Amino acid sequence: MNGDPKLERIAKGNALALCATGTWTASFAPVLERMVADAEKLAGTSQSIFIDVSEVAKLDTFGAWLIERLRRSLTQGAVEAQIAGLSANYSSLVDEVRRVRATPVIDTSAVTITGMLEQIGRTVAGVAGTVAGLIDMLGAVLAAVARTLIHPRSFRLTSTVHHLEQVCWRAVPIVVLITFLIGCIIAQQGIFHFRRFGADIFVVDMLGVLVLREIGVLLVAIMVAGRSGSAYTAELGSMKMREEIDALRTMGFDPIEVLVLPRMLALVLALPILAFLGAMAALYGGGLVAWLYGGVDPEAFLLRLRDAISIDHFIVGIVKAPVMAAVIGIVACVEGLAVQGSAESLGQHTTASVVKGIFFVIVMDGVFAIFFASIGM
Amino acid sequence: MAGEIQNPIIRVRDITVQFGATRVLDGLDLDVKRGEILGFVGPSGAGKSVLTRTIIGLVPKVAGSIEVFGVDLDASNTSQRRNVERRWGVLFQQGALFSSLTVRQNIQFPMREYLRVSQRLMDEITIAKLTMVGLKPEVADRFPSELSGGMIKRVALARALSLDPDLVFLDEPTSGLDPIGAGDFDELVRTLQRTLGLTVFMVTHDLDSLYTACDRIAVLGNGKIIAAGSIADMQASQHPWLRQYFHGKRARAVMG
Repeated sequence: MNGDPKLERIAKGNALALCATGTWTASFAPVLERMVADAEKLAGTSQSIFIDVSEVAKLDTFGAWLIERLRRSLTQGAVEAQIAGLSANYSSLVDEVRRVRATPVIDTSAVTITGMLEQIGRTVAGVAGTVAGLIDMLGAVLAAVARTLIHPRSFRLTSTVHHLEQVCWRAVPIVVLITFLIGCIIAQQGIFHFRRFGADIFVVDMLGVLVLREIGVLLVAIMVAGRSGSAYTAELGSMKMREEIDALRTMGFDPIEVLVLPRMLALVLALPILAFLGAMAALYGGGLVAWLYGGVDPEAFLLRLRDAISIDHFIVGIVKAPVMAAVIGIVACVEGLAVQGSAESLGQHTTASVVKGIFFVIVMDGVFAIFFASIGM
Repeated sequence: MAGEIQNPIIRVRDITVQFGATRVLDGLDLDVKRGEILGFVGPSGAGKSVLTRTIIGLVPKVAGSIEVFGVDLDASNTSQRRNVERRWGVLFQQGALFSSLTVRQNIQFPMREYLRVSQRLMDEITIAKLTMVGLKPEVADRFPSELSGGMIKRVALARALSLDPDLVFLDEPTSGLDPIGAGDFDELVRTLQRTLGLTVFMVTHDLDSLYTACDRIAVLGNGKIIAAGSIADMQASQHPWLRQYFHGKRARAVMG
């Protein structure tokens, strides 16, 4: 029953009959296409051609379409082509296929040099749009803060506490672990290289200044951008995809006030706390290594640390934290709300959120460094 | 093959599905015959979608057996199972189109995976499938997010049909469509069933669909099939839920 498909040619006087037999289904598509292409060349050899399908054992859309394709190209070659011998079962399928308007497929995906240049131009122009979007969001958040200050009852405490748990409390173990290890590494490297000059003890100065001013907050901010910024973007993005944000708007809620503000506030509170814990963990790790590896006992370490650092170092570090948190939060929320309808878009914006978040954090850190150097802190 | 024709295309025996302590399906039996359109109804939350998802293997069952095309899905190996999967198409409630692929790529996705077909033929078949489900060829290069709800359902149906399956599962195909669109869809399912010789397993809430599209109706309640038969059997049934369903205000309006 399931024989290989064939298309036999039988001459009948002036007319030619093409007898289709066997299984005309998708599994035989390559064979069928070749046979049909061969038969298409018959246009011009005969006045009229019958395509006899009475012997076809099995037909599906693929087979029916190929028969229809043959009929069409023969008709185009000025041949009177007809399909004959359709069983009742298959005639409706062939009729259905006959209604298909074959439109040539236009391939729009061609890569050209002008296209690539255009893409680069658009990307560069898009940078301005990104910055404008961030400023826009900053303004919207500040306006929401002002509204909340005027009507404190509209503040969403539950939501804020929930997000605080997510971005602060649950982040503590990983942040402490990583900063502890980084502290260990800095101390080990410092001791290893300073020892050559007999300046072991200066590792404490380096560790204290580096951790409190720079590494502590910068490292924690980068971790938070990767951990919480991406989560914010994904949350807001999937809400955008499923029209939940539109639903909020129609109910008269401001998405900035309901969704963005609690997240931003949680982040702005969380980052200084995490930065402080991170700095402590790094100092502890560094102290541990200095003791076990460098032979600086804890008492000497603490004494030296007290001499080496002042409260200024700590302030310089911790002041940066809320600003960096705001930058991460704004970037994450802008990207989240920019998600379009597809899963791919969600992925792209989540990636962009983390990349831009980290980039802006480092830029901010540089700006702060210049500022503090200028005022002599 | 001969045995397969007489046997039901889907044979569900004594299926039990449990989520935690709640037993959703409790020793359920169901047969779907070759070439019929089975309408599957029941109250919301009765487990209609769960049964569909259990048959297609997305929900694990506690007990029972499922045979599709005469293949016991528990006893089958990977290649047998793939063979069965190649012969069925599924239309999910929300369409479940791949959002990052165009309509054309969505429809061609199963073809690329299972068939060795030239790109030209795939493109032509895509247009043919779109025409069959009543869409214009221009839709082919749009993304799912640029389609209306009814169009998504139609594209999803075209994708479910892309391999010319013998069996399709439709999960609430007409929900969320306007009455005219829903009527068209019923008509479409009927036409496709005739032209392609499909067997259709349709979960629905739509009384119109039951009247116009379905050959047979099965009713789910308390984790079991409480009734199965023609629409006349349903109307004659004395079961309280069925009486309410088929003799309620809306049902009278449909029968008009």
